[in-house]
Amino acid sequence: MSDSAATRGRARPRGRHALLGWLYATPTAVFVVALFVVPLGLVVKMSVSRWPLLAGDQGLNAPDNFEKAVDHRFFTDSVVFTIKYTVLATVLLLVLGLGLALLVQESSRWNNLLRASFLIPSALGLASASLLFYVFYSPFASPLAPVMESWGFTFLGSPTAALLSTTFLIVWRYAGFYMVLMLVGLQGIPGDVFEAARSDGATRWQTFWRVTLPLMRPTLALTTVLCVTGSLLAFEQFYILTKGGPDNSTITVVQLIYQVAFQGQNDLGVAAAISVIVLVALVVINALQLRAFRSEES
Amino acid sequence: MRRTLGRRTALRSLAGALAATLVLAVAGCGGDDEAGTDAAQAGPNGVDDGSELTLWTRAPLEKQAKLLVDAYNASHQNKVSLTVVPNDDYVAKVGAAAGSGGLPDLFAADIVYVPNWVSQGLFQDLSTNINGLSFKDQINKGHLSAGTLDGKPHVLPFVLDLSMLFWNKELFKEAGLDPEKAPANLEEYAAAAKKIQGLKKPGVYGTATGLNCGGCLVFTWFPSIWASGGEVLSADGKSSELAGDTAKQVYSTWADLWKSGAVLPSSAGETGPTWTAAFTEGKVGLMFYPATLLSSTPFDAGVAGIPGPTGGASTFVGGDGIGVSKDSKKAAQAWNFLSWMMSEDAQVEVLAKNKDVVSRADLATNKYASTDPRLVTINEVAGKGDTPVALNFQQAFNAPSSPWLTLVRNQVLNGTGDVQKDNEEITAVLQQ
Repeated sequence: MSDSAATRGRARPRGRHALLGWLYATPTAVFVVALFVVPLGLVVKMSVSRWPLLAGDQGLNAPDNFEKAVDHRFFTDSVVFTIKYTVLATVLLLVLGLGLALLVQESSRWNNLLRASFLIPSALGLASASLLFYVFYSPFASPLAPVMESWGFTFLGSPTAALLSTTFLIVWRYAGFYMVLMLVGLQGIPGDVFEAARSDGATRWQTFWRVTLPLMRPTLALTTVLCVTGSLLAFEQFYILTKGGPDNSTITVVQLIYQVAFQGQNDLGVAAAISVIVLVALVVINALQLRAFRSEES
Repeated sequence: MRRTLGRRTALRSLAGALAATLVLAVAGCGGDDEAGTDAAQAGPNGVDDGSELTLWTRAPLEKQAKLLVDAYNASHQNKVSLTVVPNDDYVAKVGAAAGSGGLPDLFAADIVYVPNWVSQGLFQDLSTNINGLSFKDQINKGHLSAGTLDGKPHVLPFVLDLSMLFWNKELFKEAGLDPEKAPANLEEYAAAAKKIQGLKKPGVYGTATGLNCGGCLVFTWFPSIWASGGEVLSADGKSSELAGDTAKQVYSTWADLWKSGAVLPSSAGETGPTWTAAFTEGKVGLMFYPATLLSSTPFDAGVAGIPGPTGGASTFVGGDGIGVSKDSKKAAQAWNFLSWMMSEDAQVEVLAKNKDVVSRADLATNKYASTDPRLVTINEVAGKGDTPVALNFQQAFNAPSSPWLTLVRNQVLNGTGDVQKDNEEITAVLQQ
């Protein structure tokens, strides 16, 4: 608190000042409590309670739910698959986003058209996009059905094909979004830096590697955090396209939470326990990412 | 100093608010409501006093539910308002409502989930009312026993959905098969499928099924096992017998069919939403198919019971059961709807008129059934059918990652896996 503020605070009646402060903070506080703190508290409570979906709260049973969660026959599989998917999606999206951004960086008439066409898929909700691709990939209803038939191949038929097909949907849906983020970062780099590099005789590759990338670090940090978090929480695309199949090869962690809660086991306690594990993992992963980007900077 | 103090106070009041909300939430979840009007004291017909009743059902039975509700509202003072929920969301919605005491007066449930939901106390005990019905012995036994706990029936059949063998008579004729004669056993079924495949018509396949849809496979393959005298579950629903000899014959027939290319290719990944579509479009020769779709199948289709490896005929008596929810304060009025639903008026003039199966055996040969011999066939096979009863049915069979799906996919598609071991996995889930 600065000196002037402290003086002003002393000049006015103390109670009124504090009251005004509370008043200003109330709207935000109400939303934070109602939409974040209460649900979070409820999930934590569920995770340490016996809480079947149909019967409700049956009292504390910690740490049974966490043991059951880790012992679940798909827990390890789903963690491994989620990490695999996250690495694949993050690498593809960041490289492609940056590549597209470099491609459309200069503003010209054609580039405006290109930018718009890359961005259009982002206007579609993820669930709607997944439904679109569900039909597109279906060996029965797809316009590509004759091709699939003659090649004896289906987009969602084998574990690898299902993973790649779903990743393709995500790249199609999000590449434009990451392009825009990268574009903002690129345009934040002052033009005279490039000029200086050019007059020093740097090649295009050297300029990209030594000038563009280091100056893009804040943008790269943001996009990596967004992409990793988003991919670790992947749900809709797999729920609609594969339902975890074929042969349980594409179950993500969030899908596992949904399955445990609503599709069979119907145990909110165990589902909440997995949610808490995911939450802690996400906090740790994001902290590590931010630290990695910061320490390189200093 | 003041700053730290302020923050601490803020934290403390925040914690206080949090604790208060949690206490409220918990109180809301645990509260037991006092019972409203009792169904048992309302007499055999319940009360028709102009009350508003709510009813939930899932989307696949929307057509039948709408017909029943409209007919009831037109002839009674009570008014039922119907809510139709998408199939995949139904368990989640009922679960959330059950936890917070917000279930509707009446709700229907997939009959395979009914034993679990009854034992969780979601339905009120209707034993006095149901035992008082003069035609109790004529009510479909599979549905009634699924909803019976400790000898007390809680649930009545809402809509019956049977799995039957359907065949496309046009395609049978083209393939040189007798269009009026159903394959007598699974071997003849496979031969017919291969023959239709042999026509080499573009986009036409011998047969189809949902190989990534546990519910579809339960619905269509269990009857094959029953028809030849096999069993799928032990009587208490705690262990699986799906590694028996009859079951193995069923798997190997389908594995052979799949290898021969006579099965619609999209069947391999089919999770349920479109598993009947190809047959309805006339692109599949014959398949095990839900009887509720009879009225919406546009071409001339033959209908018979599902045969086993050695012949016979059986069916899965699926569909939904309905009961009065634990949260209903209008049980007497809700019973009025249920007792009307079981009456001849509703069974014959609403359900049978729409080519649906009636849930009372004494009404099976009614005036509508006799105009379409296929309906007589369906009604007859209904008596030979079965409804498996198990508490963890959803997790063991219907769930997208169920051990039953693993077993079938290993046996039919991948040609790997140990059927004994996969079967033990099902038993393990059933016993949880």
